[in-house]
Amino acid sequence: MAFKIITSQCTACSACEPECPNNAIREKDGTFIIKPEKCTECLGYFDDPQCVAVCPVDDTCVIDNSYPRYVAA
Amino acid sequence: MDNQASVANAGNDQGTSLDQVMQQVAEHKGCGTSGEGGKASCGSSGGPEDMAPEIWEKVKNHPCYSEEAHHHFARMHVAVAPACNIQCNYCNRKYDCANESRPGVVSEKLTPEQAAKKVLAVASTIPQMTVLGIAGPGDPLANPEKTFKTFELVAQTAPDIKLCVSTNGLALPEHVERLSQFNIDHVTITINMVDPEIGQHIYPWIFYKNKRWKGIDAARILHEHQMRGLEMLTERGILCKVNSVMIPGINDQHLVEVNKAVKSRGAFLHNIMPLISAPEHGTVFGLNGQRGPTAQELKALQDSCEGEMNMMRHCRQCRADAVGLLGEDRSAEFTTEKIESMEVSYDLEGRKAYQEAVEQERQATVAAKQAEMADLEAEFSDVKVLIAVATKGHGRVNEHFGHAQEFQIYELSTEGSKFVGHRRVDLYCQGGFGEEDTLPTVIRAINDCVAVFVAKIGGCPKDSLKAAGIDPVDKYAHEFIEQSAVKYFKEYLAKVKSGEIVHAARGDADIRQGAYIAA
Repeated sequence: MAFKIITSQCTACSACEPECPNNAIREKDGTFIIKPEKCTECLGYFDDPQCVAVCPVDDTCVIDNSYPRYVAA
Repeated sequence: MDNQASVANAGNDQGTSLDQVMQQVAEHKGCGTSGEGGKASCGSSGGPEDMAPEIWEKVKNHPCYSEEAHHHFARMHVAVAPACNIQCNYCNRKYDCANESRPGVVSEKLTPEQAAKKVLAVASTIPQMTVLGIAGPGDPLANPEKTFKTFELVAQTAPDIKLCVSTNGLALPEHVERLSQFNIDHVTITINMVDPEIGQHIYPWIFYKNKRWKGIDAARILHEHQMRGLEMLTERGILCKVNSVMIPGINDQHLVEVNKAVKSRGAFLHNIMPLISAPEHGTVFGLNGQRGPTAQELKALQDSCEGEMNMMRHCRQCRADAVGLLGEDRSAEFTTEKIESMEVSYDLEGRKAYQEAVEQERQATVAAKQAEMADLEAEFSDVKVLIAVATKGHGRVNEHFGHAQEFQIYELSTEGSKFVGHRRVDLYCQGGFGEEDTLPTVIRAINDCVAVFVAKIGGCPKDSLKAAGIDPVDKYAHEFIEQSAVKYFKEYLAKVKSGEIVHAARGDADIRQGAYIAA
């Protein structure tokens, strides 16, 4: 799995972008998106997913179930 | 507005020649002073006689740091810093309404390059704009690259503009050195508590060292960083203003402790602001029914801290993209789209000449007040009254009652006149007011005043004001506010003495919610 951003919830504050250890987050069309193939759910980097921890709106950065679970190398 | 022409005719010889100079400079810039409001930007009520010369140099044209300056000089904020590193219960980043505005809300985000261009466009159009602040809509120091890039670009092209930031303080200690390298000599820190027990009821979480901290731990870390940041700034001679949000039942009594703590660490100015918490803003405090203070509660707290240090009472709690004098918002004139099509030339000399004229105007208002004070000083009386003033700035009674978007409040006593606050009366997107008749709202906002000074007023509102016990005064139209206030107070005292009027305490007044929006 990877994280995804619920577009309708995103305030486009950009707080998540620099916190992502994988550079998986970028701005697109006035909101932010996570590239799922780059997302590691912060495993191996931090205890908490950084985008979730810094996001000012609850339930905006959520698990994307359409992707298989990330497995640390 | 049709009353602008009269501003140019107002007052004594000095006032007239000043207006001419200002008009000339303004015309040269492609804008007229006609049609512009003159209300200023946020500060200390002290003048040059109250502070060290080097401090006065720093604050004399900073509307947020000097109450005197706020009548004459303008500021702007650029919204380059959207990210935040803490959550406050009075803030909701998701709220969005085209007609609403509060601190932390902006119409559009800017890149540093767009922001630098906007600064030049505004500086060329509003020559009395002397200060650029970065105040969000998130926290400037949670967006350090964008913030410092903006300062770098502006310092290159507009070296005369003062730079300042407003921060929650969490990331302050790590950035103090850089702030001082950028020649930033004004920093505002929002400090709502010095006790984490209280802080946990204001801040649900902070993001620090790659972790979300909650509860008392979050409040403790924030508090430690705020205090350390403040100490580091004052050690470097950077002027610090402390903003505190007054939240009745949570930190209202405690703000006296905050005041002592920040004073002992060298803060220059303390700005206690009323909580904004309308339910439709969707903040935690808005939704859980936490009320803001009344005008009387706010003033009582400000008065009780006054002996300790300079209190700011002219803050308009403006948006993170505000432009203009405090009390006006001209940001709608400077959208990115409009700026793209503007031809901008930065005329440093022209700005300097204009600002010198503004400084003379400021001095003239002070001189007029002092002259009027001469025979008041012999009077002894414990009578104190509040008056409301309709003004567009320049320190004069120059706004129509019906056009006023705010009233400035002065306290009169045998000590003289003192600016003690302002009351908003403009209508905007807010539940409970929008459809209502304006006049009762205005009366509620200035209900604690004995008189309202206006440039002009219609017969109908005049009668309603009188019925509410508020004296509508239009005889000082276009005169200096403080000089007129002292004159009025002498007459008031004489009437009390002769028994013509009975002096009695007035009631409380409402504080309107929200920051200014563009007209």
